[in-house]
Amino acid sequence: MVRAVNPDYTRHHPKWYRRRIPIFWWTRKRAYLKFITRELTSPFVAYAAVLLLVQVWALARGEAAYTRFTAWLQSPPVLVWHGVLLLILLFHTVTWLNLAPKAIVLRVGGRRIPDAAVVAGHYAAWLIVSAFLAWLLIGGS
Amino acid sequence: MGRIKEPILWALFSGGGMIAALALPALAFLLWLAAPLGWVELPAYGDLVEAVRHPLGRLSLFVLASLCFYHWAHRFRYTLYDGLQLYHLRELIAVVTYGSATLLTLAAGFLLMAVV
Repeated sequence: MVRAVNPDYTRHHPKWYRRRIPIFWWTRKRAYLKFITRELTSPFVAYAAVLLLVQVWALARGEAAYTRFTAWLQSPPVLVWHGVLLLILLFHTVTWLNLAPKAIVLRVGGRRIPDAAVVAGHYAAWLIVSAFLAWLLIGGS
Repeated sequence: MGRIKEPILWALFSGGGMIAALALPALAFLLWLAAPLGWVELPAYGDLVEAVRHPLGRLSLFVLASLCFYHWAHRFRYTLYDGLQLYHLRELIAVVTYGSATLLTLAAGFLLMAVV
């Protein structure tokens, strides 16, 4: 029945009036630019996951391969690039945690927990996870 | 296709976004900046291999990586739709983004189960 009301062939209506939006519409306002920058953090998130797996792979291939990998990490262009990567990942973290109250509405005893408290809770979680990872990776030394 | 798949894809996107937000800055800073610059010292090679081979190590790396891949797929799909106005390539973009995330997840699973 749903199909009968809204059949597939009505999805594109070439005859309807549509205002053409230029491809670079998002450069026109700061808010749009921030939105698209936030959206474009996702390839860098994927890169970080790939790099982590490449590091694991280097570990698996033996000590010589791992030493080659760490030497690559130490080359100046790679360090600069990973400095930029860190900034982008931080941008993802801050924008993501700030949006958390928009996605999560918590109620205790019928009262909505204020947005600021939800954000603070998420930042606390970030701190705890970061401290745990630091303890895991460099706690022994 | 949307009704059933969209909530699942959104959950993967959202889980990936959260795990990336919480874990990636610390990992990127320690593994790819602080350690190469000599600010901190990572465990020795043998200890790292042992940690990665531990079932919890394998599992956490798999969950982290795969969720990050689906987070990318979902967000990048809509970036292409909205940013570049590519609504007419809807199906193709969905196949390419979720398909890549699935292939990368399979590669991660193979690496962590069979290679490491």
